[in-house]
Amino acid sequence: MSNLRHHISHNAGLLGAIALFILMFTIYTSNHPVGLNAAVAATAANKAVLLALVAMAQTLPVLTRGLDLSVGMIFILANCLASAIVVGTLGEGLLGAVAVLAVGAAAGFLNGAIVVWGRLQPIITTLATGAIFYGIALYIRPGPGGDVQSDLADFATGQLFGVIPTALVVLLAVVVLVWLPYRSSVLGRAAYAVGSNEQAAYMSGVPVQRAKLLAYTLAGFLAALGGLMLTFNTYSGEASAPIAGSYTLNSIASVVIGGTSLFGGWGSAIGSIFGAFVLRTIEDLLFVFNLDPLWQPLFQGVVLLAAVSLGAIRVLRIRNRLELFA
Amino acid sequence: MSQPAPILEMKHVSKSYGGIAALSEVDFVAYPGEIHAILGENGAGKSTLIKIAAGVTDPSEGELYVEGKRVDFRNPTEAMAAGVVCVFQELSLLPDMTVADNLSIVSPPMRAGLIDARAQRERARELLAMIGCDDIHPLELVRNLPLSRRQMVEIAKALAKRPKLLILDEATSALTAADVERVYAIIRKLRSEGVGILYVSHRMHEITALADCATVFRNGRKIETFGIGERSMDAIVQMMIGRELTHHYPEKPAADLSAPVALSVRNLSWAEQLRDISLDVRKGEIVGLGGLDGQGQRSLLFALFGVLKGVSGTVEVLGKQQRLSSPRAALRAGLPLALIPEDRKTEGLMLPMNIRDNISLASLSRFQKGLRFDRSAEHAAVEQMIRSLKIKVSDLAAAVSTLSGGNQQKVVLAKWLMTGPGIILLNDPTRGIDVGTKQEIYKLLRDLADSGVAILYYSTDYAELIGCCDRVLVMYGGRIARELFGRDLNERNIIETALNVNGKEQAA
Repeated sequence: MSNLRHHISHNAGLLGAIALFILMFTIYTSNHPVGLNAAVAATAANKAVLLALVAMAQTLPVLTRGLDLSVGMIFILANCLASAIVVGTLGEGLLGAVAVLAVGAAAGFLNGAIVVWGRLQPIITTLATGAIFYGIALYIRPGPGGDVQSDLADFATGQLFGVIPTALVVLLAVVVLVWLPYRSSVLGRAAYAVGSNEQAAYMSGVPVQRAKLLAYTLAGFLAALGGLMLTFNTYSGEASAPIAGSYTLNSIASVVIGGTSLFGGWGSAIGSIFGAFVLRTIEDLLFVFNLDPLWQPLFQGVVLLAAVSLGAIRVLRIRNRLELFA
Repeated sequence: MSQPAPILEMKHVSKSYGGIAALSEVDFVAYPGEIHAILGENGAGKSTLIKIAAGVTDPSEGELYVEGKRVDFRNPTEAMAAGVVCVFQELSLLPDMTVADNLSIVSPPMRAGLIDARAQRERARELLAMIGCDDIHPLELVRNLPLSRRQMVEIAKALAKRPKLLILDEATSALTAADVERVYAIIRKLRSEGVGILYVSHRMHEITALADCATVFRNGRKIETFGIGERSMDAIVQMMIGRELTHHYPEKPAADLSAPVALSVRNLSWAEQLRDISLDVRKGEIVGLGGLDGQGQRSLLFALFGVLKGVSGTVEVLGKQQRLSSPRAALRAGLPLALIPEDRKTEGLMLPMNIRDNISLASLSRFQKGLRFDRSAEHAAVEQMIRSLKIKVSDLAAAVSTLSGGNQQKVVLAKWLMTGPGIILLNDPTRGIDVGTKQEIYKLLRDLADSGVAILYYSTDYAELIGCCDRVLVMYGGRIARELFGRDLNERNIIETALNVNGKEQAA
């Protein structure tokens, strides 16, 4: 079946990330003192989904051959904003949550607008806007604090039917309602086209500018959704620069482990989700094997390097040195 | 005879880039149901004309009419919407996407607001069948296709847009002979359906075989539009270069068998593509590589230049064994090697860098005096190259991408000649280049050979091999099938060997 062969080869990176995650998660649960139960799963899911959302956000600009260094800052900005406005009655809380997501999308749109119309490089644009977003977060929450609507928070961090972690359902909903439609929309495919070869995309009549704008806007939206989920987990907001920075960098690592090319045009946000799960599971593995958490960055680095090397294996088969640069 | 209404009309169109006129006051008309050839040297204004028609660039002055309506294209999308579709020489395909995605990149079949992948695959299959490329799987990634197949996909993509005016810019340059025939058939079919076709090609026999009429451009001006058959080939060529065509090829000197062997190759093999190749090139000799495209000629040149890994066999330069580890090593051989690549855009030039830096790039170490870099010596050497190769430039500091194709190729030549090579490998250097520049290159090669340089010359143009080379090695299936020289060096012998007419299929 030739179609199947092509589908598999197109998704090799994603399948690799899933396999790696299953392997690591199996090791984790089989060594966990209580084994896999609903509470263990929910705790693991709540942590992993935060990074997964930010990694999905990062994927979109990366697919257009860009990079968004501000996703971690938007994540934190959303967290601080939510701790201030997602409060009160359930209705008020819901309204606040919508506002938080809208602010995230607006922040992403700002990035996109500067990249598209200002023609600045994405890396420097988002470095600058990221600092601005962080500044706003600090203004809202000079010190840790705030609150969050508890019905919403309990629902979002609990379990559906007592078994399935709601956070995972939220993530699945984002995949089904945001990513999959995006992937097979004209603008979503245009994003791949732009990342693959921007000049050829323009010559083919692809809506290059709108594709980039949408990619950055959606990135802001997804990062803000992550920040909202963070607030539901912590019941407070904190403008923490280290957290913002580490989410940004881990999101890039997740994208790469998930098989998305930093050169654009190749990969998927689902891969990034599993990339994020892999990174998070490393932390949990250290815990069940009673290793000092100080080892975590080292192990994450090793896994990242291994993932990148695996993707580069084709280089060994190349017999025409020119292809190394293609 | 009454003509139908024109599909495209240009009135007094001019375009200048930084003060240099690329096109001046051109009036041009294309009719539906007509194959209209656009002829001219590189830099004559053909590309500019096409770019204006396709909405890639705006004219500085003048007006455009499509089907009698005034248009003002701001981008290629608007031109496509008006029915003007262009197949560009530089491929516009997206390498990381599937063939099916590429074919319906702009207006894919939709279902419930989303792209219908299944319908898109079917559409791709139909389009590929239409151009006789059933062997391409719609889900194959474009980057996995060889150049000739990509060009067919490019044509299919243009057809998918149902053009009223189809512009083909050197669209057959990378195609195999069988595909060229298919493209001819498609073009003739489109003509019968009333589509207007603008056809740019440097292959004169294509023009006579295909076109109904032709327009010649020179130095940005339209010279004449005429029906095919109204003008002789010589007259057309003269119109293009604007001067009498005396000798196509420079005189060949008598073979000097006492000259030392510059490059000696023994039993060279690589992967499945090169099998047991042995050859000698003497100083002062131009040796051609012939045969059908893709019989290992390119790989042989790449192998000699150190680009390929895992090559077996020996290579001697001036009798001394040479390791083929990298182009850098080839540059440092006893007689330095130089490879003039075929694809000047990816292998020959740094497009965004300026002309001077491109020319001096491979010989920078010559100008390094201790810790000081001698800018004035570099400048003088570059100036001298530009004079001797007659490269048309207004400003050495301009990006090389602003030059026309022929002048870009001369910049590539200048870059390698500046290294003072003793052995020059050429990979189809005249592809897509106008007649005038071609002749200058032939002359240059012969002058270089006369000064003692050894030249190994691959060309897809048999006439060129016969006219230029002292000997021709015809390749077939990765082997040298036959060596031709003297009286035996003629088109009939080359083609016979290239097609393996005698059927001596050697065991692998």
